[in-house]
Amino acid sequence: MTLSHASGLVARLWRRTAVAGLSFLFAAAATAPAAHAQLRVDISGVGATQYPIAIADFAGSSGTQVSEVIRADLTRSGQFRLISAAGAALDFQSTVSYGDWQSRGADYVAFGSIAQSGGQYTVSYRLVDAARKAELDQVAFNGTEAELRRISHRIADRIYEKITGVRGVFSTRIAYVLQTGNGYELQIADADGQNPQVMLRSRQSIISPAWSPDGSRLAYVSFESGKPVIYIQTLSTGQRAPAANYKGNNSAPAWSPDGSRLAIVLSRDGISQIYTINADGSDLRRVMRSPLIDTEPRFTPDGGSLVFTSDRGGNPQIYKVPVGGGEAQRLTFSGSYNISPRVSPDGSQLVYVTRRNGAFRIATMALNSGTEQLLTAGPDDQSPSYAPNGMQILYSSIQGGQSVLAVTSIDGRVKQTLSSLNGKVREPTWGPFTD
Amino acid sequence: MSSRITRTLTIAAFAASLAACSSVPLDQSGAGGAGSDSASTGQIMDPFNPQSPLAQQRSVYFEFDSYAIPEQYRSVVEMHSNYLTSHQGQKVRIEGNADARGGTEYNLALGQRRSDAVARMMTLLGVNANQIEAISFGKERPKALGNTEADYAENRRADINYLR
Repeated sequence: MTLSHASGLVARLWRRTAVAGLSFLFAAAATAPAAHAQLRVDISGVGATQYPIAIADFAGSSGTQVSEVIRADLTRSGQFRLISAAGAALDFQSTVSYGDWQSRGADYVAFGSIAQSGGQYTVSYRLVDAARKAELDQVAFNGTEAELRRISHRIADRIYEKITGVRGVFSTRIAYVLQTGNGYELQIADADGQNPQVMLRSRQSIISPAWSPDGSRLAYVSFESGKPVIYIQTLSTGQRAPAANYKGNNSAPAWSPDGSRLAIVLSRDGISQIYTINADGSDLRRVMRSPLIDTEPRFTPDGGSLVFTSDRGGNPQIYKVPVGGGEAQRLTFSGSYNISPRVSPDGSQLVYVTRRNGAFRIATMALNSGTEQLLTAGPDDQSPSYAPNGMQILYSSIQGGQSVLAVTSIDGRVKQTLSSLNGKVREPTWGPFTD
Repeated sequence: MSSRITRTLTIAAFAASLAACSSVPLDQSGAGGAGSDSASTGQIMDPFNPQSPLAQQRSVYFEFDSYAIPEQYRSVVEMHSNYLTSHQGQKVRIEGNADARGGTEYNLALGQRRSDAVARMMTLLGVNANQIEAISFGKERPKALGNTEADYAENRRADINYLR
């Protein structure tokens, strides 16, 4: 199965000439102009369980577009099989003939109406279970035309949660770095790669973006001053300030779950070591003294520990240590190169990059049993991060010689890629739930 | 690859010339300043003069998975250390690099091990730690853009960069 949303992609190539004359470092608020180029989405594979669902075109103006966004979201998850609702002509008030939909093969039907008044849109939707002949959900959202996509994602989230029992992530956002011939752009986009916006533009590298737990800020590493310095930028205002600018390198920021502190990596005392610091830059504390590299710290969801990469054992492996310091416990033992750990939102799993026979692949490990699963084949898959519901993993990948973003379900069965015609897409990280 | 070989050869030749004056104590070279540097080696010792070995020999290359300064580059670090001990107002940034394979942050840390190795040798040779900042570009600024072993070797490097 392949589905593409590349409409207008070629026609709307990024107008590079428009920015060529501007200063080479440019921080933007979330309200800044969009990046003029959507990411292209391709999907492969199907989930172990697929719920058959029909999404009727919503009645009213823009109804088809809203339904298309919902269908694309649910399809991308790999957990739904779309049943044609052609000719259904349902609106929010319609009486649903459960038997008809069951004979079409749909266990679930979503439909609704859009009313427009003076630029304000009201999108009303209902979800029914045709098999159990039951009403599952109904709700109305208000917004402007520009907010219709976001409302569609919210409806898809509700459908996903009502049917699977797991919170949907279609209305969340991702951050990544687009590397072009001209330099680097820190971008944020909707989880489907649409609506990309430039948060920072620089001639020098930008790496390691990290979302604050409330989704309002990004910490990242910028080389704009000629060396790695950690900045924090507020998305709504575009305001940015250095959070750590010590002698040597400042890198690998990670937020504590309560948003008050960051784990960071500094080389102020020689080689890379892990520290914690308040989000305002105060109260620097060194976590450990390691004879070799410690880097890539990430908080566990309870905030009490850090997982990190260290080559203290002779090659890079993943360890865990209390935030206050102490004995580090080694977590990975398979292979000679395991890096970039993240703990799943429920704390049960680890995702990381492992090198096997020269290929960099995404792997997960159950923390209670140590059971490892290789989710991707490589050859150069990097920067994995969990969706906030823990059901998918976003990573960067080289496919067909192109640097793209990719998403895999945590069972490895469903994969999608998000690619850009404009350059390399790197350093992705999935943002948190925000409502 | 050929440029790499050429560089190695010129550095080896320079190392031989430096060996002739290796009996000069570090503290004496510190007393003389640029003029005596020039007199003792017959070369211009000015990092900002493109003709000077201080400008031309600024890179230390490392073996794969190694962070020890190879024998043939020790004389390069010694040359810069001699200059820095005699010019204590001069600051340098040691910039480590890594090849393109592997994770962004881990490569940043690997590049830092290379720059830190150079910085440590410099301080052991008497350079004031305040004159040195060791940083890393990781895999962000590859000098060689290809994917051959020769390209990877070119990027396993620390550069000594004099700050104006």
